[in-house]
Amino acid sequence: MTIIASSTAIRPEREWNIGWTDVGPFVALVVLMLIGFLINPDFLSATNLGNVVTRSAFIAIIAVGATFVISSGGLDLSVGSMAAFITGITIMFMNRMAPEWGVLAIPAGMTVAIVVGLLCGLMNGLIVTIGKIEPFIATLGTMGIFRALITYMSDGGSIPIDRSLRDAYRPVYFGTFVGIPLPIIISVAVAAVASFILYKMKYGRKCAAVGANEDVARYSGISIIKTRTIAYAIQGTCVAVAAICYVPRLGAATPTTGVLWELQVITAVVIGGTALRGGKGHVWGTVAGAVILELIANLMVLSDFVSEYLVAGVQGVIIIIAMLIQRFSK
Amino acid sequence: MSSVLSIEREGERVVAQKADPLRHSLLRAEGVSKQYGPVTVLSDVTLDILPGEIHAIIGENGAGKSTFMRLLSGYIEPTAGTLALSGQHVRFAKPEQAQDAGIALVHQEILLAEALTVAENLFLGRELTRNGVVDDRTMRRLATEKLTELGCLVSPNALVRNIALADRQLVQIARALLDDYRIVIFDEPTAVLTGEEVERLLAIILQLKEQGAAVLYISHRLDEVQRLADKVTVLRDGKKIGTYPGRTLSQMDMARLMVGRDLAALYPEKRTKAAGEAMLTVRDLSVPGFAKNISFQAHKSEILGFAGMIGAGRTELFEGIMGLRPATGTVELEGKPINIRSPRAVLDAGIGYLTEDRKGKGLLLHERLAPNLTLSALTRFHPGIFLRRSREQDALRAAVEQYDIRLKSFGVKAGQLSGGNQQKLLLAKVLLITPSVVVVDEPTRGIDIANKAQIYAFIQSLVAEGKACIVISSEMQELIGICDRILVMREGRLRGEVSGDAMTEHNVALLATSDAAVDGNVGGRK
Repeated sequence: MTIIASSTAIRPEREWNIGWTDVGPFVALVVLMLIGFLINPDFLSATNLGNVVTRSAFIAIIAVGATFVISSGGLDLSVGSMAAFITGITIMFMNRMAPEWGVLAIPAGMTVAIVVGLLCGLMNGLIVTIGKIEPFIATLGTMGIFRALITYMSDGGSIPIDRSLRDAYRPVYFGTFVGIPLPIIISVAVAAVASFILYKMKYGRKCAAVGANEDVARYSGISIIKTRTIAYAIQGTCVAVAAICYVPRLGAATPTTGVLWELQVITAVVIGGTALRGGKGHVWGTVAGAVILELIANLMVLSDFVSEYLVAGVQGVIIIIAMLIQRFSK
Repeated sequence: MSSVLSIEREGERVVAQKADPLRHSLLRAEGVSKQYGPVTVLSDVTLDILPGEIHAIIGENGAGKSTFMRLLSGYIEPTAGTLALSGQHVRFAKPEQAQDAGIALVHQEILLAEALTVAENLFLGRELTRNGVVDDRTMRRLATEKLTELGCLVSPNALVRNIALADRQLVQIARALLDDYRIVIFDEPTAVLTGEEVERLLAIILQLKEQGAAVLYISHRLDEVQRLADKVTVLRDGKKIGTYPGRTLSQMDMARLMVGRDLAALYPEKRTKAAGEAMLTVRDLSVPGFAKNISFQAHKSEILGFAGMIGAGRTELFEGIMGLRPATGTVELEGKPINIRSPRAVLDAGIGYLTEDRKGKGLLLHERLAPNLTLSALTRFHPGIFLRRSREQDALRAAVEQYDIRLKSFGVKAGQLSGGNQQKLLLAKVLLITPSVVVVDEPTRGIDIANKAQIYAFIQSLVAEGKACIVISSEMQELIGICDRILVMREGRLRGEVSGDAMTEHNVALLATSDAAVDGNVGGRK
């Protein structure tokens, strides 16, 4: 075969192809901080920003998991109730083991949390893939189940963590490492692992392919069932990590733990640049999205323009605007 | 080769001009063309449709039949040319306008809401009301009348989901005929019907003609065309080849007119080397609803063609073999049975499949080239769990060179390549798993001549390496140009095999469209 177009004339692929979807969330983040500074100069103080980012950690960690699910073309509405359920089980397990194992009950409880999270995610995944049920309906169902279970376990009240464990567990949320709050370090670590999986491993390729076009993936010999189920399992594990960070914050699980988190999680993913219909996932964009949401809530508290009771309403508006932008920007 | 026919055509044209077409024709298309960007799908077609006449339009897939029909019924507008209804110029910007003008279209696919009743479907979108309330009783009465007229005895209250396919077809026809009509267009109406149901439909069509309607009949089934048509218009490559009086054409004539063109230089010279031992053996393969009891072998260094009309079940057969559809039967590669339940297992065993749906099933259009190239070879290509980007880039560079993929930058997305270059990328992707059997489905659909010739050369070089290559194509010329042997499918079954001198267009067309016996070196299948 004669080669007419010599390959030297072809521009090589740039290592980093950066488009608007990649930088958009970070630009928005900076703009929001500037607005915040104009409204209230205290906004940019290290303490305030540290608090904001720390508070966004739960949503960020769960949303990193949701990036996998949404990237692969799925959806998980059960994350908030699942977080509450895992929190409840973890606290009950730790309390039960505390008398015998003492402080060792904490790492044991964390392991239990991870296992339970993995299993919950796996269940969601199998219902969706093997059961061939729309992700929306399947996870709406498990959302109800998890919420009912935590209400039942707590008997409608709260499940507080044992006094003997409280002090030892406290640093997981309130502690710092070289001056940085631990939840921030944990979420950065989770995001780093996730971006490694999504961008450097074969699984990430499969995940994006399944989400971008199921048929192409199938015709390329990629198992849709396996790929999606793993995404849900990753989501469950992330919820468990978030739950582990959450326990010391309030020291209890209640039936209202994690209410409406699914809204914040999905919003974070979408404003982070991942298309809700599936395709390439943007892990760091998702993290930025979670921080943006918390920043807005913080701004609402610091300013007097809008009542902070309207926070969820504003988040709802944001997700709709983000979807409209995705729709009309091709 | 069709000299007699072309003389007849000239003669007919002279007669037609004397008779002043505008006075008699009910619908006249005058020099209509349709272009999509640079692609011309219909060019300068002039046609008169007369009342009380059944006018058949035949042609190969892609000849422009459905474009023409969509033009007449207002789904698309011509880029050039005019339509005249009873001598008056008309323009249809919307299907509703054509409907109001009395042009009824019976779609090929059954487009009914399964969860609604027969009567509700008949009046869907044009419900009758009385005092602002939907008038169910009148609609049911009218539905019963219309259906009885067509010899369909289903209750207007039956859910469409619960009635037979043939009855659904009749409901669809009734829906088209509900308004006043003068022209009825049937697009492959018998595609989903069997024996007796076809007869019933043909009787209805004849009845419409008796009543004075003009019927435009588009079909692949030449035997039906021969029985029904008063006139036959042949389209080829978007051009009208001619209009002929129906009774004068044999099915063989029609097949010859539908194909017949000289593109010999496009195809590589055939090798004289004999094919080797059996590579792929398929036994009793059935894909429910699409293909039944198919058995064949493909040999080493052989290009085996699969011919047939759209809907003959060729694609579905191979999707079954590839594990992409539920299928039963056995598939062996060099004597070793293959698990056709799992697409992965079939690919790993060494059967590659180039899908006919390049954009829908072949490539991730919004993804860059390298991820597309390696998608089906991830495991082979990136041992372990990590991606090796440099290897991937090397593979892309090699593929671009080997398959002459033209691009501006390695960073472009697959969707930004031209159709021909996309196809070459897809071929490279399929071949990256180093299959020993390569199945290419419509490998040159929608690509230009230069790229076509290259694809043929690639196919040729594959078999030169000792692979077996199976080509599925609706272009008979293409199959005859490159294949060593052609199997013909119709309605989900293998109907025959042609090879050597018997590999002619009309033999293939005949096997693909009718049960007529074919002479020469042809093996009819038991």
